[in-house]
Amino acid sequence: MANKLTGKVALVTGGTNGIGEAAVRGLVAEGAKVAFTGNNQAAGGRISAETGALFVRHAVQDVEGWAKVSQAIRDNFGRLDIAFANAGINAGDSDIETVSVDAWRNIIDVNLTGSMLTCQNAIALMKDNPEGPGGSIIINSSINGILALAGDVTYSTTKGALRLLAKSTAVHCAKSRLNIRCNTIHPGVIETPLILGAIAGAPDPAAARAMLENVAPMGRLGRTEEIVALLVYLASDDAGFVTGAEMVIDGGSTAGLPGV
Amino acid sequence: MSTPFALSGTVSLVTGATGGIGRAAVKALADAGSKVIASDIAADASVAGATEYRRLDVTDEAAWEKLIAGIAANHGRLDILVNNAGISVTNSIAGTSLAEWRKCQAVNVEGVFLGTRAAAELLRRSGTDRKGGSSIVNLSSVGGIRGAAYMAAYCTSKGAVRLFTKSAAAEYAALSWPIRVNSVHPGGIDTEMMDTIYARYVETGLFPDEETARAIVSAGHALGRMGEPDEIAAGIVFLSAPGASFMTGSELVIDGGMTAR
Repeated sequence: MANKLTGKVALVTGGTNGIGEAAVRGLVAEGAKVAFTGNNQAAGGRISAETGALFVRHAVQDVEGWAKVSQAIRDNFGRLDIAFANAGINAGDSDIETVSVDAWRNIIDVNLTGSMLTCQNAIALMKDNPEGPGGSIIINSSINGILALAGDVTYSTTKGALRLLAKSTAVHCAKSRLNIRCNTIHPGVIETPLILGAIAGAPDPAAARAMLENVAPMGRLGRTEEIVALLVYLASDDAGFVTGAEMVIDGGSTAGLPGV
Repeated sequence: MSTPFALSGTVSLVTGATGGIGRAAVKALADAGSKVIASDIAADASVAGATEYRRLDVTDEAAWEKLIAGIAANHGRLDILVNNAGISVTNSIAGTSLAEWRKCQAVNVEGVFLGTRAAAELLRRSGTDRKGGSSIVNLSSVGGIRGAAYMAAYCTSKGAVRLFTKSAAAEYAALSWPIRVNSVHPGGIDTEMMDTIYARYVETGLFPDEETARAIVSAGHALGRMGEPDEIAAGIVFLSAPGASFMTGSELVIDGGMTAR
């Protein structure tokens, strides 16, 4: 039952921590060969040494740098089957009244333009697969791409936009008979170093943790391996008829009306 | 060795198990290691992968109670309930009789409610010792997301399944019961139900012949083809597996991109 992805090559952006790091490890565990990118050379080197995955230092929004990432995949693997457009930030975000245009533009650049560039470059690679074009692209949106956060207007907006980026990509690839699928995943609040750091830095960490846990009716944080299991399903041939879809994985956070 | 997708040690119940998706679901659950009880309206049937077959009219409250009691007695647990039994009604609103409308809601909606209510206690007990808890998978449809001419009764029923699923998910989570509830939304799948729909499309004059109906429906999917029952079954298995432990109240849309545009 293990090794659902044997023989497949995967690209993970933002793979040096959190969900991205878990994806790198999880995809390797299922038999895939993995290339991953990120800004943190030390973390990238460490994860690479531990998993055998290929690390390419690259900021996802760096347009010129994509050539180096694509070439590294071609040179090392000669194909691409899976792309997990995961890199995303919320640094400097704020509510609509106070957000700075610089912060807005930077978050859009990473979260949205970066994901678009990931799709564009992944498709170019997938089209050249030896047996013919094919692959699965998964874009990491968020429950905040469905239901908004007042205090993170740019993050919410970019996460919402990713839904339509994925659908447009999915329909285009389908019409062009590229055998490339594209879907979004919508994680709820997941236990990552980022979230744990936010809890630790809060005035009342216990209260902060409880508040975050109760975002989900299930009453707990999600675990990164739970996100990875959904990623593996979407990446696999089991999901051959799944494209243009939004996969919510949130412990019920968006299922019910608030307050009830 | 990862086992987020394995169902060994589990017991499953599939309703409508002699239909295209039902048969595929029984087989896929069995292949993943589950012991599967197949059920349908027929007095008897042979379903590949099933440990046993039981007759079940999903609109019969007492029959549900009896079946669940039998599963508890014979197997001691129930981990996965796939509410798959459903009928299609293809007719104009003007031409749909009240009896026909009510039959559609009874099988497609009440059946899901009755099954959920009957099985919940056994699912709850079983879920306490399984990673990810118990899983209820309700078959909705793309017709539970968007409407369709001449399918008002069916789409209404499938939309109801979608919201019942979310309410059940919210409720069991609020009660801290280890039962996850998700809906699956197939696009057009090559089954006998689809054949009936094509025939009715022609009878009602929507399409001149079944070949045209089939071509139009296929083309409605971005992928340009109908789906296969195995593709739906794989989604049902995933939702029922330990790997889906943080998914509840979700919609697994398996529609070849039909609703993406």
